[in-house]
Amino acid sequence: MADTVKLPEDSFKPITANDRAALDSEKIAAPSLTFTQDAWRRLKKNRGAWVSLIILGIIFIMAFGSMFFSPHNPNAVNPSYANLPSKIPGVNINGFNGTLVQAGQRIDAYQQAGASGVHYIMGTDYLGRDLFSRVLYGTRISLIIALVATFFDLTIGVTYGLVSGWKGGRVDTFMQRVIEIILSIPNLVIIVLFILILKPGMLSIILAIALTSWVNMARLVRAQTLEIKEQEYVLAAKTLGESSLKIAFKHLLPNLSSVIIINTMFTIPSAIFFEATLSYIGIGISSPQASLGTLLNDGQKNFQFLPYQMWWPALVLCIIMLAFNLLGDGLRDAFDPRTKE
Amino acid sequence: MAKYLAKRIFYLILTLFIVITVTFFLMKLLPGTPLTNQAKLSKSQIALIYQQYGLDKPVWQQYLLYLAGAVKGNFGTSFQFSDQPVSYLLSSRIGPSLQIGLQAMILGVILGIIVGAIGAMKQNTWADTTTTVVSILGISIPSFVLAVLLQYYLGLKAGWFPIAEWGGFIYTVLPTLALGATPLAESARFVRTEMVDVLSSDYIELAKAKGLSRMGIIYHHALRNSLIPLITIVGPLAVNIMTGSMVVENIFSIPGIGEQFVKSVLTNDYPTIMGLTIIYSFMLCVVLLITDILYGIVDPRIRITGKAN
Repeated sequence: MADTVKLPEDSFKPITANDRAALDSEKIAAPSLTFTQDAWRRLKKNRGAWVSLIILGIIFIMAFGSMFFSPHNPNAVNPSYANLPSKIPGVNINGFNGTLVQAGQRIDAYQQAGASGVHYIMGTDYLGRDLFSRVLYGTRISLIIALVATFFDLTIGVTYGLVSGWKGGRVDTFMQRVIEIILSIPNLVIIVLFILILKPGMLSIILAIALTSWVNMARLVRAQTLEIKEQEYVLAAKTLGESSLKIAFKHLLPNLSSVIIINTMFTIPSAIFFEATLSYIGIGISSPQASLGTLLNDGQKNFQFLPYQMWWPALVLCIIMLAFNLLGDGLRDAFDPRTKE
Repeated sequence: MAKYLAKRIFYLILTLFIVITVTFFLMKLLPGTPLTNQAKLSKSQIALIYQQYGLDKPVWQQYLLYLAGAVKGNFGTSFQFSDQPVSYLLSSRIGPSLQIGLQAMILGVILGIIVGAIGAMKQNTWADTTTTVVSILGISIPSFVLAVLLQYYLGLKAGWFPIAEWGGFIYTVLPTLALGATPLAESARFVRTEMVDVLSSDYIELAKAKGLSRMGIIYHHALRNSLIPLITIVGPLAVNIMTGSMVVENIFSIPGIGEQFVKSVLTNDYPTIMGLTIIYSFMLCVVLLITDILYGIVDPRIRITGKAN
């Protein structure tokens, strides 16, 4: 009993070289990924880093969006609404409903101040300024500092490291000595000296951070350059008569990219930390401008009675630091080929 | 070794020389005098005060005098506290700072090693997760936030520790905890990563195959080898503690050099700032030198002489 299988006639057509679809059906391989795609895929798998990236995105949008849509003016003083605790409409949890413990009793601070109809998400400070707007403003300053530090890391740091590693010899020795001298003074001391010479404020903090933030990057880039420049493909490029500049851009930088990205992620939190520290001890951003450091300092004075004034900026600062650190960790794992499964 | 040491010490002196020179001329650029009531003073009084501070001489002479003094540990007279030599001011204040700094370093690193080792041994369990969370929090929470929280909750609310001032050992507990958090977190992270690496190496397999006890393997083979690279982060940790101490000492009003530094910056006390800058860089240089030498001693693979024979 022979079963006859009816095969359609076109199954017997020969495959031609032009028939891509047919050729591909024979392939057994995952789509090939570039280095960046591969890193991105692994970063997305890392839950902590992925969440951090989203949180940072939201913080960025909120901080810079507040330039245009701030809930209140961060510098508008309103003494009759001073020291109001945080009130989020629709939330009735102590601490977020505008009530306050005073002399052992929980009272509605908003009613007491005659502030019905208004609400401050994070409350107000001792001058009645909206804390939420001020925190947003301070976050913006922290993020600007972070961007500036990144910029100098990428320009001065990478160039310095590349030149030092590529040139070698005397140039390298000299450049390394300079770095050693900068490294032998605690960063904060250099920054403070710099701020003393200029006036305290945003510009001097930026310059001071520019002066100190790139050193680590330069060292890492140099170490990596020393390794890469011994590779055959660099030798080949040299033999073919490529100029040093072109080798640097075409061969060194792409291979350094992971080191650079990872290190940037660790420069950012330290720059934010320096700014907060300086403002906290009173030599950074000065009032009426707000920064997370000055807000912490203001809040700390009233911590016993109005703890929310310190908790909010502290929380935001810690979240930013945490997010950058987690993202840095995630990127390191994503770019490190040793952790490949 | 001796040659290496001599070279390093030469560079240390050169570095300090450059630090002194740069800070000296930077300070000369700044406006400000030791006079508190310039308008009320007569010309001869001003001249006398200038003479007392050595400000009547030309700048290059002042510089040479300062350099000669600095070698002997004399950093001039404070602008803020009249008749107080900076060296006296600082020598009475360096004790508390050193004590808190060293305590924080020792506590942080030892706890960090324990936490990191537990994390590596119990890889991918809840203990490991806790380790990671603790270390990432320790790195992310600035020491001054931690200091204020500790002061409030353990000092004021619980009443276990004094909230400020300087006295016996009990006064050092909170500042030490606040400063020690970062070293703890950093070293825990570092030890965990190193030890995970070491635990998967061949000689650990061999030790297991020989039938050594688990603790023996961990202690003799894994831990020791993972601790060597830890020496390299001692320098950065020292910087971290110095930076942190400036704020933490302020919060706990500890009469240390960090608190003095901030105070001097706020009052433009240039001689004290200069003296402190030099002391900070001296301490850091010494820490870096010691760690480099120690690294060479502990790990024979690193040839300190620079040339392999």
